[in-house]
Amino acid sequence: MAEALASVVRVEGLGMIAIRADLSRAGDAIAGAAGLAIPDVTRHTTDGSRTLGWMSPDELLLILPAQELPEALSALDQALTGEHALVVDVSDARAVFDVLGPHAGDVIAKLSPADLDALPSDGLRRSRAAQTAVALWRIEGGMRLIGFRSTADYLGLILRNAAIPGSRLAPR
Amino acid sequence: MTHTPPFRLAKGGRLIDRAFQIPFRFDGRHLRGVQGDTLASALLANGQMLMGRSFKYHRPRGPIASGAEEPNALFGLGQGGRFEPNQRATTTLLTHGMVLRSQNCWPSLDADIGAVNNWLSPMLPAGFYYKTFIHPRPFWKHLFEPIIRRSAGLGRAPTDPDPDRYEQAYAHVDLVVVGGGIAGLRAARDAAEDGQKVLVLEQEAVWGGRTPVDHKDGPAAIARLLDDLRARQNVTLRRNTMATGLYDHGYLLAREALADHDPNAGIPRQRLWRIRARRIITATGALERPLAFACNDVPGVMLASAVRDFLVNHAIAPGQRIVVVTNNDDAYRTALTAAAEGLEVTVIDARDQADGDLPQAARARNIPVLTGTGIAKVKGSRHVEGVVLCAQDGDGKPTGGIDCDVVAMSGGWSPVVHLYSHCGGRLIWDDARAMFRPDPDRPPLGADGQGNVTAVGAANGDLRCAGDLERAEAATMPVWCMPKDAPYRLRAKMWLDYQNDVKVTDVQLAAREGYASVEHTKRYTTLGMATDQGKISNINGLAVLSTALDQPIPQTGTTTFRPPYTPLTLATIAADARGDAFQPLRKTAMHEWHERHGASWEPVGHWRRPYSYPRAGEDRHSAINREILAVRKSVGTLDASTLGKIIVKGPDAGRFLDMMYTNMMSSLPVGKCRYGLMCGENGFLMDDGVVARLSDDTWLCHTTTGGADRIHGHMEDWLQCEWWDWQVYTANLTEQYAQIAVAGPKARELLDRLPGSIDVSQDALPFMQWAEGDIAGIPARIYRISFSGELSYEIAVPAGRGLELWDRLHEAGRDLGITPYGTEAMHVMRAEKGFIMIGDETDGTIIPQDLGLGWAISKKKSDYIGKRAQSRSFMKDRTRWQLVGIESLDDRVIPDGAYAVDEGTNANGQRKTQGRVTSSYHSPTLDRPIAMGLVRHGPERMGQILEFPMPSGEVLKARICDPVFYDKEGSRLNG
Repeated sequence: MAEALASVVRVEGLGMIAIRADLSRAGDAIAGAAGLAIPDVTRHTTDGSRTLGWMSPDELLLILPAQELPEALSALDQALTGEHALVVDVSDARAVFDVLGPHAGDVIAKLSPADLDALPSDGLRRSRAAQTAVALWRIEGGMRLIGFRSTADYLGLILRNAAIPGSRLAPR
Repeated sequence: MTHTPPFRLAKGGRLIDRAFQIPFRFDGRHLRGVQGDTLASALLANGQMLMGRSFKYHRPRGPIASGAEEPNALFGLGQGGRFEPNQRATTTLLTHGMVLRSQNCWPSLDADIGAVNNWLSPMLPAGFYYKTFIHPRPFWKHLFEPIIRRSAGLGRAPTDPDPDRYEQAYAHVDLVVVGGGIAGLRAARDAAEDGQKVLVLEQEAVWGGRTPVDHKDGPAAIARLLDDLRARQNVTLRRNTMATGLYDHGYLLAREALADHDPNAGIPRQRLWRIRARRIITATGALERPLAFACNDVPGVMLASAVRDFLVNHAIAPGQRIVVVTNNDDAYRTALTAAAEGLEVTVIDARDQADGDLPQAARARNIPVLTGTGIAKVKGSRHVEGVVLCAQDGDGKPTGGIDCDVVAMSGGWSPVVHLYSHCGGRLIWDDARAMFRPDPDRPPLGADGQGNVTAVGAANGDLRCAGDLERAEAATMPVWCMPKDAPYRLRAKMWLDYQNDVKVTDVQLAAREGYASVEHTKRYTTLGMATDQGKISNINGLAVLSTALDQPIPQTGTTTFRPPYTPLTLATIAADARGDAFQPLRKTAMHEWHERHGASWEPVGHWRRPYSYPRAGEDRHSAINREILAVRKSVGTLDASTLGKIIVKGPDAGRFLDMMYTNMMSSLPVGKCRYGLMCGENGFLMDDGVVARLSDDTWLCHTTTGGADRIHGHMEDWLQCEWWDWQVYTANLTEQYAQIAVAGPKARELLDRLPGSIDVSQDALPFMQWAEGDIAGIPARIYRISFSGELSYEIAVPAGRGLELWDRLHEAGRDLGITPYGTEAMHVMRAEKGFIMIGDETDGTIIPQDLGLGWAISKKKSDYIGKRAQSRSFMKDRTRWQLVGIESLDDRVIPDGAYAVDEGTNANGQRKTQGRVTSSYHSPTLDRPIAMGLVRHGPERMGQILEFPMPSGEVLKARICDPVFYDKEGSRLNG
């Protein structure tokens, strides 16, 4: 039997912080507290451990190892003192999947209308996978997706279904 | 005339490999084909020309065409869950062990009883059903329609679930070329040379379209183009992929057949491509038109191109003596091909002259060519036995006859304009070429207002698009009726739409009866309405209509082309969305616990919530009663995680929430909770929930389960579109927290047993306050709120630790008889307390004032969403139905939704009503029925009796009462 198109792995142990603020005013403060530069529109910045993603004109998402979360939350709160801003822990609201392998893109292309060819290496797309919302970006060896905790089973299932052996998108 | 199967020639066959024999079954008979055969070629190879029965008259039919346009040769394929009706024999590849079933015949294809309709055909003209079965009126619905429906329909629907897998995929390209013939491949090459990202789709398994069959050097030319394209990184060639429909913004749907030939391969059988293309080139070719002569539907009458295809591609000679009848030069290719295979050929040409390259070549091969001639009639019933000849320019007087077994007809070619037309491209009638072709000046438009679809090659009317491979051809002469002045008895046997049995006389009758519009004629006669969507019949039909109406063809116009180009199965559209993947199922952190404990589920939005937890031997009802009594007597837990939790923060958050809610939220002290109502702009109640003030500038708003996303969207809508300058941020934290309601007189005792930093005593945490800290080592926020009327704490913890807390609570409360309760117990308990439920007491037409919730409407605020609407006269109307309790006079529960009748009848003669039941239950706490409802002047009519007539005729009686049935003083709230 042929191999699956890609391996689908649930990723645990990540913390996530939603940050809403006027990025033009508070950008420097956020960058300082997060330890990452503010990403351009539809991009993300990363140091390999933390990732800071652009979610909307006034929203960022900081993804980091779970154990660094409390410290980062207070650092951000402190940095944004006096600023109109919202910093909340959303770690438990999310489910993270990595789709790994040379044909990870095929798996995504079956589920998401996002054009992966137009997704730069630091691009982050808010899109959907079949019927559930996801954000996705490239990682070493494949793609990372975040969806909602409540639909994690569904997301895992459709990713595995899209990766079944013998179903590559390349013309046969 | 007899036939000597097999029809397979001794050698040749471009697409077949004789080394691989493929066994299959046809109506129970065991037959063999070879690799590369279509069902049609395999059946023909076995001498089986009869492939179906027509829809209305059950006439014997054989294949007309060799491709997607085939109207006759349709089969039921496969067995069980893999059974598929109406599969085209001409496009379906034969696979090992395939099971074919003929359709629309009984008891068998050879002896079909429905064929009696054929003898009755003079009595079954167009509109027959409309005219005949209209009186007496009730007979239509109860007698005629059911019988007609049972006898109508082509093929049977499958009854078992489809065991195969299907999927969808998205593609984004600069250019998609639809059609892998010579024109499409050349267009793809040109675009690829410009560096564009190009996708080429070909509906068949082989590339090249007609070119390899029609031109000696065709196969080599196609091979060269393919070599060139395959070497390019920016080109994707996808065969077995049928473009089904083109939509706005360059959105093209296409179906790729991956494992149609091998259902056990374990891979998806078909894939639905959803393609976004900046530009689309339709290189979809052209379809040959039949000629309308008498008995042009007898098996053995085929399109000239199909005869040629079967000969070249599958080495099938559908007959030994072939009459080619044509109005153009192209059909001479069939004559030449057949002659080269040693078959006997005669050409009947309706034109007075035929002196082009191809006719000359035919004559040079000693093929007889009779010009100015037509076919008066085909002889034979189950197979062609010969033709009667006549002058084309005449009334059909016989001038001779030819014995033959195949008639290869060509009435000219129609460009395949379907995709071009799907999203607004217009057509023009090209008189010189006798065809509708795409109007290059009125193409479908893209988002920028510029044309985004271009037709090329035969699809654009250029029938000689193979360039230097082509030979000179003389013009096609339009022939819509053969002979020109055929009398009625001939016209009544000239088929236009083979699948739906529409004849020339039917269309002429429609015209006489006043159907001037082609769209109306289509529906009246059913021309073009079969599963083939009239691919070969539409142009002939509208030409006949134009002649009958004595107007030029462009004035008649065409019917609308609609997707899909060929039928698409529902399984392909649904793709992976079936079984567990049908819909995302939202699960709380405790979902699996509920499942393990036998939860009976209730769908709430995409969530599944436990409705109740029946134990062994219990039904839902007794489980609910047990759960309620446990909460009333001791303690129970409810998974309340699905309730919406929206954080609202900022300097203007208080002001914003004062607008969102009918009551005052800005004045809520930090640490406290307040029940709030939310209305839409029209004043109607849309959501409710408890709001907690977390800090000076932060509130947490609870919404209903179904309201979480909607209310968050509603808030953002107002913030982004109306009050963009207010400093407020919101975040939907519904999924961040697991929330557990711990309710019952023993709730405090239970929480006290768990270690933690939160003091839950009455003094430290009174009703409608919240506290933060940890419980059982888990960070938590505890709200003293109650929807059951009991002492109640709602505990919110990070979702990832929800199950841990739930387990700890159940462990600690075992000796208290701690009981998980579901949504129905919650519903009953809130009704016992007279609390309203969004969706029960409200239905989008209810304002808070109807529900006795005036206390939750601030009189001090200058405005809130819905305030203006609520001051309108209709909303102030004192006769609006108001919330009351309803007490059944006996022990019966009044059905939810039952109406209370009033004296008299309305203008429609219906009984007047004065109220309705909105919630109704048997209360286990009180051991009697309780109900709430909306009643005119209700609160002023305490003690009055209402009557609720039931469908059975029985009348239930009930007394109007206070809606609070249990613990009116609220003493139980504090335990």
